[in-house]
Amino acid sequence: MERRVFIKNTAASIALLSMGLPISCKNVNSKKITILHTNDVHSHVEPFGPNEGKKSNKGGIARRAALIQNLRSTSPNTLLFDAGDIFQGTPYFNYFEGELEFKLMSMMKYDAATIGNHDFDNGITGLHKQMPHAKFDFISSNYDFKNTILNEVVHPYKIYFKDGIKIGVFGLGVQLDGLVSPEYYKETKYLNPVEITQDITNILKQEKKCDLIICLSHLGYEYENQNKISDISLAKKTKNIDLIIGGHTHTFLEKPTQVLNSAGETVLVNQVGCHGIYLGKIDFYFENKHKFFSSEVIGV
Amino acid sequence: MRLNSLNIILLIFLLFSCNNAEYTKKNHAQNILIDSDLKPNLEIKSFIEPYKKELDSSMGKVLSFSNQTYTKSDGELNTALGNMMADAVFELTSPIFKKKYSVDIDAVLLNHGGIRSALSKGLITRESAFKIMPFENEIVVVKIKGVYIKEMLDYLINQKKAHPISGMELEIEKNGTPKKFLINGKNLDLNKHYFIATSDYLFNGGDRMDFFKKNKEYYEINYKIRDLLIDYFELKDTLNISSDNRFVYTN
Repeated sequence: MERRVFIKNTAASIALLSMGLPISCKNVNSKKITILHTNDVHSHVEPFGPNEGKKSNKGGIARRAALIQNLRSTSPNTLLFDAGDIFQGTPYFNYFEGELEFKLMSMMKYDAATIGNHDFDNGITGLHKQMPHAKFDFISSNYDFKNTILNEVVHPYKIYFKDGIKIGVFGLGVQLDGLVSPEYYKETKYLNPVEITQDITNILKQEKKCDLIICLSHLGYEYENQNKISDISLAKKTKNIDLIIGGHTHTFLEKPTQVLNSAGETVLVNQVGCHGIYLGKIDFYFENKHKFFSSEVIGV
Repeated sequence: MRLNSLNIILLIFLLFSCNNAEYTKKNHAQNILIDSDLKPNLEIKSFIEPYKKELDSSMGKVLSFSNQTYTKSDGELNTALGNMMADAVFELTSPIFKKKYSVDIDAVLLNHGGIRSALSKGLITRESAFKIMPFENEIVVVKIKGVYIKEMLDYLINQKKAHPISGMELEIEKNGTPKKFLINGKNLDLNKHYFIATSDYLFNGGDRMDFFKKNKEYYEINYKIRDLLIDYFELKDTLNISSDNRFVYTN
């Protein structure tokens, strides 16, 4: 009798163990978040034609949409971002003023984009006019839009939740002076990217307790002039960023560059050329630091 | 007794292991090429279709008229089509640049290879402009030292190609010896600075025009060459263009 009770209870405990613990803790122990991204698509809606040199027959939004759909089916916890310069480059932009680009990105379920210099090509009012077509967030931390039509339309940062993982995203834009006519960007103020990054990442890390911090950047990958801020120099000068998704310089990287930040931690810097020819994909695996799991189970 | 302690261990285990939210992060990255191996998403494809149709019909918009068919191989060192392009850049860039920076442009240099199609006799449409200039290149104005203008001159003489120029006159002997060179109507002054309008492609070292890159000072004016051509065609009822003496061999 006693033996029977013992077996029954042990069985119940094991059942509890196998139901409750391994399932809930397996999730905590290893989670996968997939980050997909584009940059500098420049209104390339259709694939390149057959006589376009290296770009021949590549790209195209309908194909990208199919790829994204495939990837989402194997990685349900996926976020999709763009690092700016969505606009300008084909007659689709000249003719439809960005409406189609935003609608297609919404259909592909983009989560957020930052703003590139060419996104001002129909002026700040032209950008604002198309925003109702975008069912995704616009994030920019170092463009102060307070005295413009984009005030409170563009977010300084956003936090996304995927499988219990908290992902903080902020955005950085390139200096507009000399690149975009002042009559286009109007009262937009460009703020120092390094200072803004320190402030925002402190909020995201300390206050909001984000598990992953991503910067959508249109600063450019790297410049000969070391004083000009770039993704590489930003990564070195700051801390708390896990991944910089870059744009502007149309730099194609085979794989992300690893840079050590001011705290000696690794930052990934990625950029996928331009015109929607590549899709960047980074899987982050989250594992629990404290491995109670194996030792305790052996104890039982 | 034994069961209780087992349950307590389980409880402690639950509390500790599942409330902890500090992670170590690992990653794996792959940048994926989008090419014809990927079957397009049909919903997206059919969504694009009406936009594409509307766009295609707008490409048929008539801008001007051409009495003749012009190609980039019509002449040896200058052609009507190339001259038209360089002159269009000069004519339409000059006032914008002057208004912005209060400086005049001295000359224009484009590249022969940048003329991607002939201009056919008959109606000139938006599509004609897209065919001649399918690329997204924009005009930049580069401030160039006289010594590098000399390098530009050497480049033109060496190449003996009908690279489109405007604002310059160059006469050379068959062996390449220059007989005459004028820029903005004057002889070259090696100590002076000149403002040359070109494309961002050439400024960035395209066609080995390395003399551009040696100059740090340049101005973007956010004007695509194609848009400039469309605007130029719209200004002209009938196009009246020809080859001339801007770059020739001495007789």
